[in-house]
Amino acid sequence: MTDKKKKSTDPKTYKFDTLSLHAGYQPHKNAGSRQVPIYQTTSYLFDDVDHAAALFNLERGGHIYSRISNPTVAVLEERVAALEGGTAALATSSGMSAIFLTIMTLCEAGDHLVVSSQLYGGTVNLFRLTLPKFGVKCTFVKPRDTEGFKKAIQKNTKGIFGELVGNPGNEIMNMPEIAKIAHDAGVPLIIDATYQTPYLCKPIDHGADIVVHSLTKWMAGHGSSMAGILVEGGKFDWMQNDKFPTMTKPYEGYHGLSFAEEFGPTAFTMKARAEGMRDFGPCLSPQNAWNVLQGIETLSVRMQKHCSNAEKMVEYLLSHESVAWVSHPSVPDHPDHDLAKKLLPHGKGSMIAFGIKGGKEAGEAFINNVKLASHLANVGDTRTLVIHPASSTHSQMDEATLKFAGLSQDMIRLSVGIEDFDDIRNDFETGFRAARRPRLVSNQ
Amino acid sequence: MKFKVNGVEVFASTGGRPFDKKKPLIIFVHGSGLTHMTWVLQTRYFAFHGYSVLALDMPGHGLSGGESLKTIEDMADWISDVIDAVGYKEASLVGHSQGCLVILECAFRFPKKIKTLSLMGGAGAIPMNPELLSLAENDDPKAVDLMMDWAHGPAGHFGGHPVPGLYHINTGGMLAKSRTIKNTLGIDFRACDNYKNGFKAAKEIKIPTLSILANGDKMCPVKEGKKLADLIDGSKIEIIDNCGHMMLLEEADKVLNVLKKFILTYFPIKKN
Repeated sequence: MTDKKKKSTDPKTYKFDTLSLHAGYQPHKNAGSRQVPIYQTTSYLFDDVDHAAALFNLERGGHIYSRISNPTVAVLEERVAALEGGTAALATSSGMSAIFLTIMTLCEAGDHLVVSSQLYGGTVNLFRLTLPKFGVKCTFVKPRDTEGFKKAIQKNTKGIFGELVGNPGNEIMNMPEIAKIAHDAGVPLIIDATYQTPYLCKPIDHGADIVVHSLTKWMAGHGSSMAGILVEGGKFDWMQNDKFPTMTKPYEGYHGLSFAEEFGPTAFTMKARAEGMRDFGPCLSPQNAWNVLQGIETLSVRMQKHCSNAEKMVEYLLSHESVAWVSHPSVPDHPDHDLAKKLLPHGKGSMIAFGIKGGKEAGEAFINNVKLASHLANVGDTRTLVIHPASSTHSQMDEATLKFAGLSQDMIRLSVGIEDFDDIRNDFETGFRAARRPRLVSNQ
Repeated sequence: MKFKVNGVEVFASTGGRPFDKKKPLIIFVHGSGLTHMTWVLQTRYFAFHGYSVLALDMPGHGLSGGESLKTIEDMADWISDVIDAVGYKEASLVGHSQGCLVILECAFRFPKKIKTLSLMGGAGAIPMNPELLSLAENDDPKAVDLMMDWAHGPAGHFGGHPVPGLYHINTGGMLAKSRTIKNTLGIDFRACDNYKNGFKAAKEIKIPTLSILANGDKMCPVKEGKKLADLIDGSKIEIIDNCGHMMLLEEADKVLNVLKKFILTYFPIKKN
């Protein structure tokens, strides 16, 4: 075969960087506006009674009320679906509401989930304390305990949930193997890939069926707007067993519609929107959707800088006298280093956990004395962020739960930004000097 | 709903309404390697407006049992068998791409059964690119990626799905990968490539026919669609702008509007 012939069989569908700028939007349908317009409206005119009925009956695509869908938000949804390799997406007001909506679409009272133990503290509390109030129980399994996920599956299990790289300990789930366990049990794998963004990893390519994000973080990057999203992979067969009657049986709320029969690879998103957004209403504002779209336009260039700064930071911390330990998948002796090379080929992310010598007291001194790095409860900003999880994000946990979640009192969670690395390093030197000072005094 | 045709279980979407034999029947026939789901933005309208709808999964496709049929002629006979199996004497047929060849041949073979034809992205013959055919017959997923690339117009490549949040190209690709590629797309492509009776059949068609063509369609270009339509007595043509071969998704509303006008005129609901 000649090179010319080879070329003819290469699909010309747009690549990642192009999709991040263009997917989901056609200017000619929007007065030629090059930028996505902000449709700041609650509702949409119907042409006539027949048109209104058609929209309510899902006979036609379109918008009725911005709690259910909005044209600006729809561009964001389609763009993220395109970037993740998914069939459809549904944006929500925050990452937490995306997780809640996912679980409420999947489960009923009496159902069970198998959940990774290493999650953002808010997510832990959702699964541990809030969902049981709705009759959904969870079994927590350590993310590296792949066999444990299998053992935890029960007859009423409806899914496996985890963060690909756990927060904040950087433990990585063996996604392909856990996906197989989920699929052998006839349930979907749901992955929170907030830390990776589709630039670093597309979980759907590794077996995940639903991907959730807090778009507030790296996807937006600017730290100005709350947003979340769920993305459907489209491969999961809801009709393979009788575990998901609300997906497969006629649904009273839409004239006996069976979502799985009618919408197949987009059934989950359609149900989450038609039922979940209608009944719970965690809708994303068009302004915030637009803000997130501005961030996504530069996703790949930002992620490259995040990752290169993170690698420099790892090198710096590993050789620093004030640092007891460093956890990042790029470190060769990280237990998941080989798995990270497979799942995260474009970079290992910009979240670093490290232990500061001197424990909790030194950690507090470090955080109180850095000036460039921001002390706050967020990650994935373009600016460098630091926090002491045991006294903040995970402070609702008792000592035993902290340990089970892979946390320690000396841990600093660091989200490396895209500033000039020399400036970040100089700032950290100031923090480390302050952290050493109390001990020097006490030793005298 | 599921029912049996020649002893094999068949799945068809009824457009979200119960199948009612008292209502006139419209049958939707999907394109190569695809399923009933491609029709979701056309079928539900008719189901909610007085028609009985069957958006079929062809044998071996989607949720239907059996094996894929190997020739367009066999598929045409099978559509006639479907009409018999659901207890009807006549139906209106709507096809997309390969589905156009199937319904054209069906109308040629069973002129008394078929009341109207609606051809979307149709042509009298659909010869396949040899490399694409080979990829599909060898179960190579690249065949699906290429088909999705060529089947979408320039605007469709950006997305902008009429249903909020859905992304065209990945959804279509997932439908085409829902069963083994060589057993669906591979067999379908070969059937299209082998079919030679389209132009002859067209000359014999005497029922109302609508050709919906798209000016960005690279797989069945407008000139090929017109060539076919010109052979059909009294055939009507509608051209959708800024759209590719997957017009039923890319410009679902425009397609539904012209289809609605045609079917309501030439296959109206009989009033008691």
